[in-house]
Amino acid sequence: MPKLIAGSVRVDRYQRRALVTGVVAAAAFVALAAAPYVLDPAVTSSWIKLFYLITLATMWNLLAGYAGMVSVGQQAYIGLGAYGLFVFNDMGFDPYSSALIASVAVGVIALPLSFIAFRLRGGYFAIGTWVIAEAVRQIVIRFDNLGAGRGRSISNYTADPVFRNMFTYWLALGILALALVVTFYLLRSRMGIALQSIRDNEVAARALGINVSRTKRIVFVIAAMGAALAGSVICIQAIGVASPNQIFSVSYSAFMIFMVLIGGIGTIEGPILGAVIYFVMDLYFSQLGLWYLVVLGLLAILVTLFLPKGIWGAIHERFNISLFPVGHRIVPVADKFLPQSSAQPTVKEKRPNGRFRR
Amino acid sequence: MSAPAETANSLLEVNSVAKSYGALHILTEINFAVPAGEAVGIVGPNGAGKSTLLSVINGTERATAGSVIFDRRDVTKLGPEVRAHAGMGRTFQIPRPFTHLTVFENALSGASYGAGLHGKAADEQALYALELSGMMDLANTPAGRLPLLARKRLELARALATRPRLLLLDEIAGGLTEAECDSLVETISGLHASGITIIWIEHVVKALLAVVDRLVCLASGTLIADGKPDLVMSSTEVRRVYLGSGI
Repeated sequence: MPKLIAGSVRVDRYQRRALVTGVVAAAAFVALAAAPYVLDPAVTSSWIKLFYLITLATMWNLLAGYAGMVSVGQQAYIGLGAYGLFVFNDMGFDPYSSALIASVAVGVIALPLSFIAFRLRGGYFAIGTWVIAEAVRQIVIRFDNLGAGRGRSISNYTADPVFRNMFTYWLALGILALALVVTFYLLRSRMGIALQSIRDNEVAARALGINVSRTKRIVFVIAAMGAALAGSVICIQAIGVASPNQIFSVSYSAFMIFMVLIGGIGTIEGPILGAVIYFVMDLYFSQLGLWYLVVLGLLAILVTLFLPKGIWGAIHERFNISLFPVGHRIVPVADKFLPQSSAQPTVKEKRPNGRFRR
Repeated sequence: MSAPAETANSLLEVNSVAKSYGALHILTEINFAVPAGEAVGIVGPNGAGKSTLLSVINGTERATAGSVIFDRRDVTKLGPEVRAHAGMGRTFQIPRPFTHLTVFENALSGASYGAGLHGKAADEQALYALELSGMMDLANTPAGRLPLLARKRLELARALATRPRLLLLDEIAGGLTEAECDSLVETISGLHASGITIIWIEHVVKALLAVVDRLVCLASGTLIADGKPDLVMSSTEVRRVYLGSGI
């Protein structure tokens, strides 16, 4: 193993900044988890929507922004998550455990579906995922015990509305935290490099030894599981009711794309920001009806025209900050560690302070 | 066409390889073998199929007919990632950088996956590749911001990071200044001396001749000459495809 320069530089993973992010995020998590004890339940339960929006945006970004798979069919897994909730709830699990089990089941379903979807590329992949989502909806409504075309509601529910709100809130918060931790960890891990290489150039990634389809498949399954978790939250929050036309609606994909593009695709911060923007707009302007949709569309057009990398992308470019650092930086090693090897004399002589020329 | 070297110690064998897209025949009946440790240059006019041949060897393109044997293993039907693990490193004529990653991260990609290294070992291999290819000063630059020549060197750095036994180079000297070209030749000579087998497509014949032991000339998808570099360059066939039929 060659060591000619290994002594003079080292690889920095921005550990300190990552640690700060971790500590702040953990503190925010604890504060948010405690919020239902302090704040009005009406306030906290309105945040549930924000939590699942961030989860959805983060998962879609992992799929499209990092693995280059532009899907408009994630509603398949949102819907399956909600329906999985019914299935496992009927078996006797409480709604919250059912959500987790359903997500695993959806992962198992997404795996074979990926073999169909991956036969297509680019725009065809996008349409293909939509077709798959439509097919899944058509299959689900064949089952009478799932409410057929009318939809149904959950059978065993937490009776007390206060507890129900709190449990749902914690479920949504937990899922959000899980989605962010998994994404951050994945991108900082060895696989993060593979994902970003695939996104930038698939042919080169393969020539460098990256197993593109396996890596994509892993992400596809993770994104499906995340969408399923969000789907069960959506269902539980709607007092446990889901109808196929609503829960399998393509508009979920439209909103995911909106949030990610507005916030900044290919960054961890962007989808969070995009989800917050969408949440706030939805909270204050949705009563405008059709005009609200016009404004959303206009905003999307303006951002793509003037901030093609999204709002966070522009912030990152201008100020070079990143709250979730996933990159690598080469830095010179600290002076005291400079090895006494023959490869270093020029470095020593360049030092004006004479620390190395005693 | 000279006979291929004895099969026993060939690192790479290309047997009756053909590549066509529908009715368009890019390569027809290509045969050659490369013994371990040899450096082979490939010359030929534009459109002769040189880059396609490299693609068929490293798996970016699948051969329509024939077989590719690497290290006594038939890799004809295997994907490029498997061949990279087996020890093939390849640069692209038109650079394909990972634009959002830094130069170091580009190399790390090759070191982590092609060479199959983890953690510190991968970091060191990537740094070594940057050092060898003279990219160290640009380590923290996003690859998307590199000018063309640096992108070509990045191709070399990434390929080296995979720790190849067979290095496939596709026109990496074009556009370099005299001094840059000399230092590139020195680097590749060093790699050759360290035992890496090299197949190098290049229009800058001077650079090629400084390194290779053997030259192959490709024209219209077939091998028209294969042998000692000076003999190949002076053969009438080669002079004809390069300089026209009047010579």
